[in-house]
Amino acid sequence: MSGRIFVPIDAAALSVGAGRVAEAIAREAAKRGIAIEMVRNGTRGMLWLEPLVEVETPAGRVAYGPVASADVAGLFDADFQSGGAHALSLGLTEEISYFKRQQRLTFARCGIVDPLSLDDYRAHGGWNGLEKALTLTGAEIVEQVTQSGLRGRGGAGFPTGIKWRTVLNAPADQKYIVCNADEGDSGTFADRMLMEGDPYALIEGMAIAAVAVGATQGFVYIRSEYPHAFRTFQTAIERATAAGLIGPSVMGTGPAFHLEARLGAGAYICGEETSLLESLEGKRGLVRFKPPLPAIEGLFGKPTIVNNLVSLATVPVIFEKGAAFYRDFGMGRSRGTLPIQLAGNVKRGGLIELAFGITLRELIEDYGQGTASGRPFRAVQVGGPLGAYFPESLLDTPLDYEAFAAVKGMLGHGGVVVFDDQVDLAEQAKFAMEFCAEESCGKCTPCRIGSTRGAEVIEKIIAGEERGKNLVLLDDLCNLMLDGSLCALGGLTPYPVLSALKHFPDDFDRSAAVPPAHAAE
Amino acid sequence: MAQSAPFDPEIARDVITGLKHLPGATLPILHALQDRFGYVDAAVVPLIADALNLSRAEIHGVVTFYHHFRAAPAGAHVIQLCHAEACQSMGCRELERHAEARLGVALGGTRADGRATLDAVYCLGNCALSPAVMIDGELHGRVDAARFDELIDELGIRR
Repeated sequence: MSGRIFVPIDAAALSVGAGRVAEAIAREAAKRGIAIEMVRNGTRGMLWLEPLVEVETPAGRVAYGPVASADVAGLFDADFQSGGAHALSLGLTEEISYFKRQQRLTFARCGIVDPLSLDDYRAHGGWNGLEKALTLTGAEIVEQVTQSGLRGRGGAGFPTGIKWRTVLNAPADQKYIVCNADEGDSGTFADRMLMEGDPYALIEGMAIAAVAVGATQGFVYIRSEYPHAFRTFQTAIERATAAGLIGPSVMGTGPAFHLEARLGAGAYICGEETSLLESLEGKRGLVRFKPPLPAIEGLFGKPTIVNNLVSLATVPVIFEKGAAFYRDFGMGRSRGTLPIQLAGNVKRGGLIELAFGITLRELIEDYGQGTASGRPFRAVQVGGPLGAYFPESLLDTPLDYEAFAAVKGMLGHGGVVVFDDQVDLAEQAKFAMEFCAEESCGKCTPCRIGSTRGAEVIEKIIAGEERGKNLVLLDDLCNLMLDGSLCALGGLTPYPVLSALKHFPDDFDRSAAVPPAHAAE
Repeated sequence: MAQSAPFDPEIARDVITGLKHLPGATLPILHALQDRFGYVDAAVVPLIADALNLSRAEIHGVVTFYHHFRAAPAGAHVIQLCHAEACQSMGCRELERHAEARLGVALGGTRADGRATLDAVYCLGNCALSPAVMIDGELHGRVDAARFDELIDELGIRR
């Protein structure tokens, strides 16, 4: 019998036929009387190669992709189950340049292990971090996280250790750990990939947080657009609890930590931490005033750590390998790695985990190999719907919190969406305002009304109605939203709008002498 | 997709009773009801309010705040088109127009024959394989017009 065959069960891989490929492999093997052992793994993150089938060989795992079910018979003819040569062979998976050059810390196991196998998780370093943490005091755990330089991967980039310390020092009879898995930004899928590919890493990270600050209950708030991830993660919680890793006692020796997955309901605003807490409490997702900080008065009024999924899933490796190990990656005040999600109109989209500091150009041109359409690159939006649109001239900006802030952009959750020359940036700016209007919780006026007025003003500018006056008005409105909104939704919507206006002014002027390429289509 | 059960206040009451002990039970209850009946019938509002000792206004406010909850039954198949930026970069605006024409229904609507509901959704998390579409909870990637038609044909939905 040959080595194991891996066919991803990640939703993205399934979306391009991985399920049918797995069925075809099982059918073909049965037909030929070949005994195989198939593992349904997460994705390696090289999404343009999905469905990516791997086989275990003495030299390592060999990849084939993208595989269609029609290719399966040919693969067996080529003895692929022993790593045989075939047109779809990509050689050793870990030698594929896109993968080999990455620095996988948070996603070290994703795509490699059977996501729901506790044995596999343990065999790949799982629970080592938690075991170490259990030998430390709460204050020592928090100190390690602080030393690692980890900052919130949800977008705000707030130092994780400081947040934890606040909760640790807040006296209360009950504290909570809340994972924000309401990954609403377009261009991002890291949370989904991890929940489907290595869910125990998140459980371990949350357990470390719980042990650190004395929280006995955790919630993972997963968006309803991710039914597949929700199911996988729920199963992971059940198995980890049944195995005694969490529940009445963390790993049988530690304090209690109960974990529950909750489903969102299609509200982008619930990715904002206080809105998320309201939603978990069973209310409309209205943003809360701060202070009080959630670390002091969070879920049900109790001290609560609210962290992004990637932040929490990064905690185990910090304890497994040490704070200094993690901190040694990165640049400036951005330490460690960032799982970048390269998406949109790009040839080779996927998840690329790298130390902070890679430039947008390296990402798009080198990793991405340019646009999927083959047309010229025109713009990139980084950081989701509230992130700025950058032109070619800013592609040398390194991915670093401070470097992005300096050019009036933000990294957000690490989503990079590429557009070719058919994009109309005025249309994109209008969409940003319309999106804000649609998703505003309505609590503060700049966001609730400003967004609707913003969309109207952009429409007038596009139509050429009193352009000069309306441009002044739009600028004024954007400044008001920036300064006067309660949270990042209203407060950052001006980013895509003003960046589009600044870097692509021609798109806002239909009377311009030279029409942009898209207008000529 | 499994056909949803017709609305029954007794079953609804059981569902609510089974979940009301949860902290912040409103959303889990609403999800369970929508999973069961395919939508959130207005008649459940007073039932949930009673069970959780909240006002009807509060429950109504929650139901209407979230895009996910439907006020009326959906079609036999629910087709969600992603219209977020990554999908926009790969032509989802054109796909939307194509889907509306193929299904004969505007975004947000249900076909007169009840066979399908067409919705826009903001991000399915499949942004490297855009445009993305979700059909009855199953994700599909790189869906151009031809692929969309194949998927709809597989459901046996006539033009």
